[in-house]
Amino acid sequence: MITAIIAVTSLAAVFGLLLGYAAVRFRTEGDPVVEKIDALLPQTQCGQCGFPGCRPYAEAIVAGEADINRCPPGGEATILQLADLLDRDPKPLDPERGVEKPKRVAVIAEDLCIGCTLCIQACPVDAILGASKQMHTVIESECTGCELCIEPCPVDCIDMIEPPPSLATWRWPRPETDSRNGRSLAGTG
Amino acid sequence: MRSFGRTMPPHLRPANSVTRVMGEVLLALVPATVAYVWYFGPGILFNIAVAVGVAVAAEASMLAARGKPVATHLSDLSAIVTAVLLAFALPPLTPWWLTATGTVFAIVFAKQLYGGLGYNPFNPAMAGYVVLLISFPAEMTRWLPPSGFDLALEQPDLLETLRYGLTGQFPQNLSWDAVGGATPLDQVKTQLGLARTVDEIRSGPLYGDFGAKGWEWINNYIAIGGLWLIYRKVIRWQIPVAMLAGVILPATLFYLLEPGSYPPPSFHLFSGATMLGAFFIATDPVSAATSDRGRLIYGAGIGVLTYVIRTWGGYPDGVAFAVLLMNMAVPAIDRYTVPRAYGHGR
Amino acid sequence: MADRPGHFHGGLTLPAHKRQSTGSPLRTAAIPEVLIHPLSQHVGAPAEAIVEPGEKVLRGQPVARATGYVGSPVHAGSSGTVVEIAPRPVPHPSGLSADCVVIRTDGEDRPFEGYDPLTNYRTLNAPALRARVRECGIVGLGGAAFPTSVKLNVGVGLRSLILNAAECEPFISCDDTLLRHRSEEVVLGAQVMLHALEIRHCLIGIEDDKPEAREALTAAVARIGDDRIEVLTVPAHYPSGGERQLIQLLTGHEVPAQGIPADIGYLCHNVGTAAAVARAVLRGEPLISRIVTVTGSGVSSPTNLEVRLGTPMANLIDECGGYTANARYLIMGGAMMGFPLERDDLPVIKATNCLLAASEEDIRPREETLACIRCGDCASVCPANLLPQQLQWYTRANDFEQVEALNLYDCIECGCCDLVCPSHIPLTQYFRYAKTEIWSRKREREQSDHARERFEARKSRLEEQARARQRRLAAKTRALGKAGKDEAARKAMIDEVMQRVRAKKKTDEDQDKGE
Repeated sequence: MITAIIAVTSLAAVFGLLLGYAAVRFRTEGDPVVEKIDALLPQTQCGQCGFPGCRPYAEAIVAGEADINRCPPGGEATILQLADLLDRDPKPLDPERGVEKPKRVAVIAEDLCIGCTLCIQACPVDAILGASKQMHTVIESECTGCELCIEPCPVDCIDMIEPPPSLATWRWPRPETDSRNGRSLAGTG
Repeated sequence: MRSFGRTMPPHLRPANSVTRVMGEVLLALVPATVAYVWYFGPGILFNIAVAVGVAVAAEASMLAARGKPVATHLSDLSAIVTAVLLAFALPPLTPWWLTATGTVFAIVFAKQLYGGLGYNPFNPAMAGYVVLLISFPAEMTRWLPPSGFDLALEQPDLLETLRYGLTGQFPQNLSWDAVGGATPLDQVKTQLGLARTVDEIRSGPLYGDFGAKGWEWINNYIAIGGLWLIYRKVIRWQIPVAMLAGVILPATLFYLLEPGSYPPPSFHLFSGATMLGAFFIATDPVSAATSDRGRLIYGAGIGVLTYVIRTWGGYPDGVAFAVLLMNMAVPAIDRYTVPRAYGHGR
Repeated sequence: MADRPGHFHGGLTLPAHKRQSTGSPLRTAAIPEVLIHPLSQHVGAPAEAIVEPGEKVLRGQPVARATGYVGSPVHAGSSGTVVEIAPRPVPHPSGLSADCVVIRTDGEDRPFEGYDPLTNYRTLNAPALRARVRECGIVGLGGAAFPTSVKLNVGVGLRSLILNAAECEPFISCDDTLLRHRSEEVVLGAQVMLHALEIRHCLIGIEDDKPEAREALTAAVARIGDDRIEVLTVPAHYPSGGERQLIQLLTGHEVPAQGIPADIGYLCHNVGTAAAVARAVLRGEPLISRIVTVTGSGVSSPTNLEVRLGTPMANLIDECGGYTANARYLIMGGAMMGFPLERDDLPVIKATNCLLAASEEDIRPREETLACIRCGDCASVCPANLLPQQLQWYTRANDFEQVEALNLYDCIECGCCDLVCPSHIPLTQYFRYAKTEIWSRKREREQSDHARERFEARKSRLEEQARARQRRLAAKTRALGKAGKDEAARKAMIDEVMQRVRAKKKTDEDQDKGE
């Protein structure tokens, strides 16, 4: 009886020491999972998920406050990657958050622009060039398609357009699947 | 200006098809079937008929239930091959319901429920056989002795076979005592257990020149069919060679150590399902390993396991279990036998 | 003639389908009314047009200059007037359009005299020769269209030049025809290249199903009398003409993955490229024409034609007797790797080696595929020794990490795996899709990383501005606070500020008036 108590107590002590040592020696700063989730998000900082940016959304996922299917710009590909990373089941995109659209960029109609800088202040990645009372223009290569500039514009001169396909961005399509039974059709595509 | 449709490269017509592959496997089994009927009577034909019929019906209903095009998938003949191989594994006098149960299990559970052809991790015919073996041990071990030898036993003729197959009843003048017997492998195992030596056993009337009477010739014809399949490039040599080596090497080793207690390698090679396993069962591409090196390991594993189960395990023939065990190992084998690609370090 | 010391894994022996087009002699196609020159016919940045609509140009005159180191100029195919520089449909699997220089020919075909023949090239150094190759617009004519001058700039450590006369793909016979009729040009080109590369050995690999071409080539080597050039025969086994496979066949060595042949001391060029180099250096002729095989059961009289670049493809079909009733598809390239063209008014470009007008019988039918039965036949024919089966499973599962880990980028898209698959799965298409999908995901990842950096930078800039404002406010409050006790000091400070404001207002008004 006594030996049993001593044995269990000493085991508990040994493991407690080991765990304490590990807690100190292998401590991590911050939560690395948040970094990994943020790395998978598209960084449009658009707020469609309901959080003020991609990093707050990543933090909310880790805190359990948000599900992984709230990002429309990321779309299905991002949901699958998040599901893979966090070992959860993938779900379809939450329709209340928006729909998955092909990548679009903002274009300012120059004859309507009044140079008010409201869109410049709204853009989260400084993709709009311009100054007070000067012409504003969107730098296409920097625009992430977040659409945050559309609302502030008092003259409604900003449009979202899909960049036309070019030889440089063309991709091979996935081999055609027969919608009836998901089979691929050889010889087409 | 003329417009054209799109068709993606490569443009040449492929020569191969699943139907051709499966069809040639069936052709290769014809000499063996003839030999089987010669030695053991028409029972196997009845079994094949029942198995094929049930297999096609089961596959058709499962495909329809899954919403897949039935004709396309049935015409790949894979269900028929599974059925025929299962029939080969069964005793010649088998009630129809036994064959049917095994076939239904093989097609529905071991193949269609995994996703159909290409998705099954286990060999369907062997899965069906093992289920029968474990569930109906008595029926599955009642074999017939080969005809044409002076064995003082009668062999049922066609009508009697049919009657047994359909009703499970023998006519008045026949009974299992009169017609039945164990397989040579079974007998060897039991007799060795009774501390008889191999030589004593082999001098019995059931044993032939190098294997067991009747069985040795069936195995031969199976091997010939298998070699023809290799020539036709339907199967590749790695699995048969590796499996036979896996049987021969331990058998030789132990036979040399103690010839009295272990049968010679030739006996192992030409009895039971060794050749059938080597050329037809283990070579089922879906459940086998992918790369050539992987196949060598896979075949060798099956051979060694077959020998081990035969010699020290609880069943007289280990091919079915060996195949299923190695099926389980295939993902691990595949992971570690990726071939070296062009341009990557030597 | 030596025996080849190596062999490559897999491959298939295919029906050649070449006799139909090699049966008749080489003809020159007529110069069309309109020539369309795409500005991008090569690997690298598109060329920039240097002519204006309405300008008159001569045959061989440069109409676009190379931009960037990896680039190539474009020359006019015949004399005439520039109609426009505008987007036109170009031969590309996407069917999209790109900017082209369109010339209406005047029928006189007057030459441009801007490039002197450099018959004394042996006195020139390598950079000078490379400059001539570049200014004449020479790119790889085997189909890759990589600028030849860049490829010739390979540095030290080269052992041999290899000329690719294998032409393994069914239906294509343009290199065969070139060798039968102009082997001398090829050998002279090899000599120029040897001089430009400063090495002393050249291997020409040719398949053994081209006896006439091989004889013509060995006769030309003997006539010119250069013992640095060796002709080796390789078996007619597809894809022996792939650069990596040919090097393995001729030398027994493997080009390292993610590397180039120069890493192991070899440089590979097509024989057509060598002939073009000879013309450019020895005759001062830029690349304005090439041999194109027009074949297939969709064309009445298949043959090989010497064609001006920029000729609409419909003209070539007309020169060969027009379409037959069976013509269903038009393919640029051979039967294994050629891509479909949706219209026949597209121009011939530098990479156009073959036009295949195919009937339904020539072509793989569109059919339902079955599931992979894991037979492994695809792996046994893969010349890169990959596992197409596994690549296909992982691509369909969208597991692109595993696809890359299984060496997807070593796939040369030869199509051998497709042909042997009993389930008729379009394997090579899955691999093409996977490659561009992985690239585009990487690009998207880079863009989102970049966007994140800009966002973080902006956030910290705004935070810094807010903090600076806070500091200024705090400083002013403190200053006011100190002076607050003393009524007079406070009043003095306020006066000072008001004066400053008034002065600023005045200068603003002056400025406005001044404007």
